[in-house]
Amino acid sequence: MSESHPAAGSAEGRARGLGSARRGVEAWRSERLTAIALLPLTLWLVASLIALGAPDRASFIAWLGRPLPAFLMILLLIIVFRHTALGLQVIIEDYVHSTAKIALLIGSHLACFALCIAGVLATLSIAFAR
Amino acid sequence: MKQGVGPTSGSAGDTPQLKAPRLERPRPRSPNIQNYRPQLTSVLSIVNRITAILSTVAIVGLVVWLVAAAVSAPFYGALSAAATSPVGRSLLVVCTFAFFLHLCGSIRHLFWDAVVGFELRAIYASGWAALAGSIVLTAAAWSLGWLMRG
Repeated sequence: MSESHPAAGSAEGRARGLGSARRGVEAWRSERLTAIALLPLTLWLVASLIALGAPDRASFIAWLGRPLPAFLMILLLIIVFRHTALGLQVIIEDYVHSTAKIALLIGSHLACFALCIAGVLATLSIAFAR
Repeated sequence: MKQGVGPTSGSAGDTPQLKAPRLERPRPRSPNIQNYRPQLTSVLSIVNRITAILSTVAIVGLVVWLVAAAVSAPFYGALSAAATSPVGRSLLVVCTFAFFLHLCGSIRHLFWDAVVGFELRAIYASGWAALAGSIVLTAAAWSLGWLMRG
């Protein structure tokens, strides 16, 4: 490690993002955990959408308003947007080196948060409106 | 890939300056893909990120669909018409294929994370299997959808 920045490994180095901040494993693990959870959940979604065909609004609401589809949809939305936020973060960190990087990181995380809330809220309103 | 190798400046006792975070040696970045001869391994590696972004587009579309179903009949009708148009269906097929390729590619990655299947033969076999599997799954999904349309 003799070639690294003088501040690397120190408290200042961590503040500057030089090297490990000791928290990387959590994000890495969470991305894999959500990936495993998404295997059955996304396959359920694809199978359901195939079975529904091109549903009109009434039949889509009738399907999503049932307890199990509503539960699985909300579960999927929460997990998929956690997975998406972590995945986009890795892509941005690897390919964007300009000042846009921090804006993209913040924007993608907030967008994932907002989209998740919007989807959950829509599902809940359908589930409780029946 | 050596970059910015040179004699270190400043004396050993220098404390890092708060206003000068410039590094003598740039921090390592992702592989420079323009230097690579395309091969199954490297192509599928970058494709797994491209399909991740396409799957993100699809999941955003799902949220738009859910919101439309929850709040507005005209909005839902317009979305439904767009999705069932030839262009809409083509985009859906592309998204389905991207999703299945990302799914199959990610299963490979999960096995690699468990240090399974790292031999070159296994890497190529699983790579071709992921590609073939995603084509078969896409074809199966759309054939089933076509058969079940009533």
